[in-house]
Amino acid sequence: MENWLPEAASSYAADLDGLLIFISAIVGVWFILAEAVLIGFAVAFRRKPGQKAAYLPGRSLRAMSWVLVPCVVVLGFDLVIDGVAAPIWDKVKIEIPESDEIVRITAVQWAWKFTLPGPDGELGSDDDVDVMSELHVPVGKVVEFELTANDVIHSLFVPQLRLKQDAIPGRVIKGWFEATKTGTFEIVCAEICGLGHTIMKGKMVIESEEAYSDWVKSKMPEAAASIPAEERNEG
Amino acid sequence: MSTAAIAHPKSFWREYVFSTDHKTIAKQYLSTGIFMALVGGLLAYVMRMQLAYPGQAIPGYGTIDPQSYNAVVTMHGTIMIFWVAMPILLAAFGNFLIPLMIGAADMAFPRLNMLSYWIFFLSTVVLLASFFVPGGAAAGGWTSYPPLSGSAAYSGGQWGVTLWLLAVAMEFAAFLMGGINFITTAINNRAPGMKLFDMPLMVWMQLGASIIFLFSVGPLIAGAVMLILDRVAATGFYNPATGGDPILFQHLFWFFGHPEVYVILLPGFGAVAEVLPVFSRKPFFGYRMMVYATIITGVLSFIVWAHHQFIAGIDPRLATAFSITTILISVPIAVMTFAFIATLYKGSIELKTPMLFALGTLVVFLLGGVTGIHLGTAATDIYLHDTYFVVAHFHYTLIPPVFFGFFAAWYYWFPKMFGRMLNEGLGKAHFWLTFIFMHVTFIPMFLLGFGGHHRRISNPQFFEAMQGPEAERLQIIATAGAIGILLSQIPFVVNSVLSLLRGAKAPANPWQANTLEWTVPSPPPHGNFETVPQVYRGPYEYSVPDRVDDWFPQDAKV
Repeated sequence: MENWLPEAASSYAADLDGLLIFISAIVGVWFILAEAVLIGFAVAFRRKPGQKAAYLPGRSLRAMSWVLVPCVVVLGFDLVIDGVAAPIWDKVKIEIPESDEIVRITAVQWAWKFTLPGPDGELGSDDDVDVMSELHVPVGKVVEFELTANDVIHSLFVPQLRLKQDAIPGRVIKGWFEATKTGTFEIVCAEICGLGHTIMKGKMVIESEEAYSDWVKSKMPEAAASIPAEERNEG
Repeated sequence: MSTAAIAHPKSFWREYVFSTDHKTIAKQYLSTGIFMALVGGLLAYVMRMQLAYPGQAIPGYGTIDPQSYNAVVTMHGTIMIFWVAMPILLAAFGNFLIPLMIGAADMAFPRLNMLSYWIFFLSTVVLLASFFVPGGAAAGGWTSYPPLSGSAAYSGGQWGVTLWLLAVAMEFAAFLMGGINFITTAINNRAPGMKLFDMPLMVWMQLGASIIFLFSVGPLIAGAVMLILDRVAATGFYNPATGGDPILFQHLFWFFGHPEVYVILLPGFGAVAEVLPVFSRKPFFGYRMMVYATIITGVLSFIVWAHHQFIAGIDPRLATAFSITTILISVPIAVMTFAFIATLYKGSIELKTPMLFALGTLVVFLLGGVTGIHLGTAATDIYLHDTYFVVAHFHYTLIPPVFFGFFAAWYYWFPKMFGRMLNEGLGKAHFWLTFIFMHVTFIPMFLLGFGGHHRRISNPQFFEAMQGPEAERLQIIATAGAIGILLSQIPFVVNSVLSLLRGAKAPANPWQANTLEWTVPSPPPHGNFETVPQVYRGPYEYSVPDRVDDWFPQDAKV
């Protein structure tokens, strides 16, 4: 199964992939067992001349336990899966860690727009900088995003990061990721969003911190970029 | 219905077109549904060809642009769910079987029944007309989420979505009337002696599906009306700029949409439940347990809807609660599945075509069922949501009841419906070809989904995750499989047409089955039963010890 998944490049990818394998193993065993019994019965109890079927209406609780006991076991496995999965969901979607970088991501028909906080380090101020289609992030840093959409619903999907979140007009949804590998990955839109859905993609470049800060500088307005970071923060 | 009514010859129009006879109405639903299945199947062919050979001319269609592709995706889903699964499984077999199985002359409200078909027919015309309006058919997915579906500026044509909404709303009104008829008939019109727990499981399943539909459809009709108003009267129910919320529609849609899965699943399972005992010559194992499992499934189906929205912007703290309820459904479904399997145990199994399709329903459904756990678990849904894994999953879940269940029912009740026997050899060929190509088509989609192939894109090669010879090979295999499924229906069509024309005359009870529909001639006359039957026992008394016959009809006096 690991071979079918794209390479994993985020801090929570291993949790999610591990869970996928865990669930596949459990349901895989059930699947094979159930198919084996089903097909086995269909073959083993083929009509033989002169032999009558057994009269087994399954009315008593004792008889029904042949079905109900396996179902209780199914319930047990369900609860195990719920128990294992819940903390992973919480980690990915609820508990946003202290972030190193923040970016606002706006989906529009049919492109991705990234808003960097600008020299003051805060989103929503006058010096924010918009970048289209290509986002650079530093490896090994927690990146927090504020996701929204301008027109219709889109969905931010970066397969290698195992990151997916719908972007909803009128709402700002917070999320995070921490890339663990450098590389260039595609950002695609996973929710049908009209005529251009099939060409809506962007690029995420995960790079070293130095390369990243060079990129940020190159995107800043000329004047701001020339001021050293310490002075910017004081100002 | 008195015998006098049977003797009176009626005009062609009253007999075949505006008929109030449940059997004629059933055939009307059936033929409309089969015709729409052909339309839906051809749309699937266009889609699969484009995905395997993007940009190339599709034989019989030509090249397809992204807008038309979106429309094809949308209409394929819409048609297969609302204009194939519902009319065939629910309306056709429900209409045909409920009165016959409970010993009634007709539905409780025959004229309402006729009205519901004709409203359904009108909705079909509106839906098909939407292909030909300026801007083309609706192209926002079968779920039609706003704001995409909320204005022509976002989704292209003005008329496509509006007609889509109108057709869907009319269709639901039709099925609402049909459902009320089903419920009333099953509750009130049972033959003397038939207690609720003497009803065949098919009737229980139809009843369950109708009740689920009745309770779930209201919110969606309201949602659809608000969406129509947003489009044509510039209201802002789903428009954030005017204080609305697009997520509202998703809640209304899936509050209906998930129970709808069981509305389709239950009648398909009902057909399986009738066929298995007859061809194993065994009582259904745990009949009451099956009924209770159906009821529990129905109740649970109302509290799982948000699993379609884990990553859609709902509060993430809700996800685990919906995960738990969703996965919990596996328990009653497991009860049903294991009860089916237990029914085979120590049986005397004859693998005639209906039995093959009934067993095929279960064999295929199991994979759809277990992959539901991957998607019902919120954490794993993050990656798999909106990928081809989902596409493979719901085809593995819905094709078993909708097509395998339908074919089980078709081969089993065809003699009763049309008074002719079908050809076994062609039937078996139909089964094995369909069964094999089913897997050829959808197994590759699971793998593509794992690879990150997202849904509803017309050119997969535009994206890295889907480039490379391996992904292309999987696309081509899936396309070959889909064409295979379509061609596998040739033996079905040939068999049905030839048998209708020159099949052997069907006796009243060719399968030596117990339920009441087999006590009347094939096909049953207008009014069904010459005298009202008296019911003495449950529907599955096969191989009762100390009896010479291995069947024991429900109306046979000891």
